[in-house]
Formats: sequence, structure tokens, C-alpha cells
Amino acid sequence: MWFRREAPRRKVQIAEGLWVKCDSCKEIIYRVEVERAGHVCPKCRYPFRITARDRLAQLVDPGSFEERNAGLTSADPLRFRDTKKYPDRLKAAREKTNLDEAVITGLGRIGGFPAAVAVFEFAFLGGSMGSVVGEKLARAIELAIDKHVPVVIVSASGGARMQEGILSLMQMAKTSAALERLGRSGLPYLSVLTDPTTGGVTASFAMLGDVILAEPRALIGFAGPRVIAETIRQPLPDGFQRSEFLLEHGQIDLIVERRDLKDTLTRLLAFFADQPDSVV
Amino acid sequence: MPDGLDFEQRLVALENELADLRAQEDSPQARERIARREEQLARERRRVYAGLTAWQRTQVARHPRRPHTRDLCRLLFDDFIELHGDRLYGDDPAIVGGLARFEGRSVVVVGHQKGRDTREKLARNFGMPHPEGYRKALRLLDLAEKFGKPVVTFVDTPGAYPGIGAEERGQAEAIARNLRAMAALRTPILAIVTGEGGSGGALAIGMGNRVLMLENSVYSVISPEGCAAILWGDAAKAPDAAELMRITATDLLGLGVIDEIVPEPLGGAHRDWEGTAEHMREALRRHLDALRGKSPDELLAERYEKFRRIGAFEEASLPPPR
Repeated sequence: MWFRREAPRRKVQIAEGLWVKCDSCKEIIYRVEVERAGHVCPKCRYPFRITARDRLAQLVDPGSFEERNAGLTSADPLRFRDTKKYPDRLKAAREKTNLDEAVITGLGRIGGFPAAVAVFEFAFLGGSMGSVVGEKLARAIELAIDKHVPVVIVSASGGARMQEGILSLMQMAKTSAALERLGRSGLPYLSVLTDPTTGGVTASFAMLGDVILAEPRALIGFAGPRVIAETIRQPLPDGFQRSEFLLEHGQIDLIVERRDLKDTLTRLLAFFADQPDSVV
Repeated sequence: MPDGLDFEQRLVALENELADLRAQEDSPQARERIARREEQLARERRRVYAGLTAWQRTQVARHPRRPHTRDLCRLLFDDFIELHGDRLYGDDPAIVGGLARFEGRSVVVVGHQKGRDTREKLARNFGMPHPEGYRKALRLLDLAEKFGKPVVTFVDTPGAYPGIGAEERGQAEAIARNLRAMAALRTPILAIVTGEGGSGGALAIGMGNRVLMLENSVYSVISPEGCAAILWGDAAKAPDAAELMRITATDLLGLGVIDEIVPEPLGGAHRDWEGTAEHMREALRRHLDALRGKSPDELLAERYEKFRRIGAFEEASLPPPR
């Protein structure tokens, strides 16, 4: 479940100044160096949250990405209004991110291999999944079936979008059903979990990958740590719900550093394609 | 009735009075007073239950005397053999399931299970499953498919349990896998929200070819308390959140999420289990009959379309990509 309590917490203040402080190791680091490393701390290798556009640029072969269904925008089916109206929240998120919704979907090539690709934008209402996110993912998966290509989804989401109520919940069913069809078509799905991936996103498509990869130290879970701490009234163990914790508990396949992600995806796609002459 | 809700106080008073009258010596005068009180009670029930707010319905849905899955199994089925365990780790008492006979035909049943007294509530973790519960459900879905039996599920949970062990053992994966399994199941699934439909933990056994709700049940993406805590930092504002989120059976029918509302006897399911069961039997019979004639491919296609359609968005026509 995604929500925003106050002003957004930035992992790192990259936008301003020459120097930034790493949220993980607290070192003061040179901004250009962070950017050059793909928004990773050069001292401790902590991967900062990045925009969906930056992520796409890192993963997809230059010039190969064709965005699809960018014109889908949220309605306000519940006429939801708390301290702000939902349409106003959407408007603010659009202005902030320059995107229409919390996921970008389309067709592209990764290391030469064609794939349907979806990348989440956490800065858009916490990457939350409402009707548009569910629909765009379902269409991307159906397109993959149609074009007979694999699916790659890079998740960064707090879960279902509360402002669309039960309709958000049902997107879990929709996306999981679409992936079931993909699997029946013999097509692979690679799920990449990034910081953070929680709630209804984890409990649907994010954990259904044929291969599940995660960036180091990403928060990944069903319930958020605050909710768990309040429920059990105990401190949480160190490293709880981080990528390394999930790997140790058998929940994910691989932890991959950001600089190796494209190469790893390429090798996986090559495995599933199994056509030596198509390897770049 | 010791568990009267706030808005039911007058009802409960009348019910108690009536019980006292009935216990008294039989006489023509007493019978007349009983008849008058009965009439008054029926009027009062209609008045209270005609105008329940979303929050009041939530309270009815959570009523401690509401029939739970095992009660429903006893009421609805000629035979029910409970099966235990996920064959992987343990047996989660917050989800029960097994083999049942409904009017002469075999069905596999899965449902959340809440407790009634404090001891049982704790034992059943207030109906909040761990991954083992969802994996037990998955095993039963597989069994249903293997033998071509329809599946009936009863949804009644505050949500999947948020705990350390649940996360360690893959709560998210367990729910996700069930969603995919239900999308793939080649036999009919009939899901009925009988009490509280709490988020992903509810949906994890709720992806039916048909999804029904009992009249006073609720179904939401987050509990009203959770929603209120997030929006206003105050769980006490749950009544407002309940209205805002549109969680009643009527709301969900209007949003295209459910197919039908199963009526409850006046005064709620907790007042009349047998009357509730009567309505449920009728719905089960009708939907199972309708689904029985369908081929596995039809069932899969219909289930896909059903969930594929749900959602509300706008679509701008864009110029083709350059």
C-alpha cells in the first residue's frame, strides 16, 4: 500500500549542488561521480533511486525503445478526496515527473534481444498501482504474447493505489492472469525488484518472475516494515526485508549490481532465446 | 445477545424483552404482547438495516457471531472433510479447506477462518493467514483441478498477516502464486465474500469465475482503520475512510468488481444463520449449475476477461510513434 505521509524523502539530493551525501554510508561524494556510476554511491555502492527514464536509458539499447499506451490516464472512479482531491494529486505527480503515470511500457531491445519492457517511476505517487498501471502492464504482457517476445518488468512501488480503492486491488488479479497467459505461451518473464517493492505489487506480478532479480539492499516485502513493527510490537531484525534477506530466505534468485544489470538481463534473455545466431 | 453493536442497541433491547416475554407463562394477554413486540422488532430491524453506513456494515461484517467458514460448511454441505497442511511447512488454522458434498455433488472448499472466543481467535490468528495458509489453499486448488471438481471459497479476513515469519517464508510470493494459479485453474471457481475482504490476503483466494458478496460484507484494498491512519494519522476516523473507499457490496457491484449480492436475513447474518444459509444455498446451486456446463477453456477465458475488464481509466488517442 503506497501513501505519502509528508514531503518526499530523497535518498540523495542529486539535483542541487556539486556534492551529495550518501544515505547509506553518509559519505560526502562528488555528484558527477555518482551520476557516472549510474546513480550508485562510489564509496559503498549503494544504488540510489533513479527515474524510470534513467532506468530505461541504462537497460534498453539506444534508439530501440518504442513506448506504448502512454496516453492512458487515471480516472477518479471513487471521487476520492482526503486532504487533497485525487485528480490534484495526479496533476502534481505529472508535473513533478513529467510522466502521465507510474509506469512506462513499450517494446525495446536489451543487448540485442527484443522484449516488452515496463519500468516503474517511484516518484509518481510512490509507483503505486491503480487502473492505469494494471492496464498498461496487462497490455504490455499481451503485446509480448502477440510479438512472441519475453517480458522484463523493473518494479519500484509501494503497492496498490489507495485512491482507486478496490479497483487497484483487482489489478493484482489482472496482471497475474496476464502473466499466466504469457507463461502458457512459453515466454519468459524477468522480474527486477528495486528499492522499494512492497504491497500488492510484490504480492502479484513482481514475485511471479521466471527469474527474480533484485538490486542490492532494496526494500522488498509484502507488508511495510512500519506496519509489521506496529503489529508485532518488537524491533525488526537487521537487514529485514532487504534484498540480501530475501536471497537468504530463498525468495529471489539473484542480487545484481546496477552496473551489471543490463549484462545479466542480456545473458538471461540469451538463455531463453537459445538461438546462437541471434546473440549480438 | 451480548454482542450488540452500538447502532443495534434498541434492537437488542427489544430482542431481550421479547425473550423475557416468551419465557413467561402462556396466556392470551402474553401472546398478544409478544405479537406486538414482534411487529415492533421487525419494524425496527427494517429501519436500522435499511440505512446502514459503510462503517456500520463493516461492524456487521466483523460481528463476532457472524457465521464463519466452518459454520457455513456445516450449514451448507451434506458432508465436509477438512484437510490440513501445505505439505511444505505447516498447517495454518487461519485458512481451512477440504472436501465437501453440496446437494449431491462434490466441491472443494477453501475459506479464511476467524475464531469466536479469545482462545480460538488467537489460535486462528484473527483470520490472518501466513504463507502456509495460502499454500494449503493452493494445494487444494490443485487437487480440485486434478479431479475436475469445482472450487468454492469463502473470503473473510482482515488481511494477510504482517509478521517476520510471514515475510521470511514469502507472504507476497504465496499470494502472487495463488493469483496465477486461480487464473490457470481448469475447473469452476465460485468466490463468496462472507465477512471481511481484507486486501491481497482476501483476493488470494478470491479470483472466481463468479465473485459474490453477502449483503453486509465489505471488501477493500486496505482496512478503514489503516486508510484513516494513513490519510489523517488517526485510526479513529475509520468511519470516514469506510465511506470514502466504497467498500460495501452495493459499491462493488456498481464498480463491476462483483457479480451479485447474496441477501442476508433482516438484522444481519449473525441473527439468523439458517436464513443466511438458505440464501447462500440458492446462489451456490444456481452458479455451480451455470458453471458446470462450461468447458475448461471457456472457464479460463471467462475468468480472464472478467478481471481483465476491471478498472477505470481514460485513453487519449496519440499520434503514431515517429
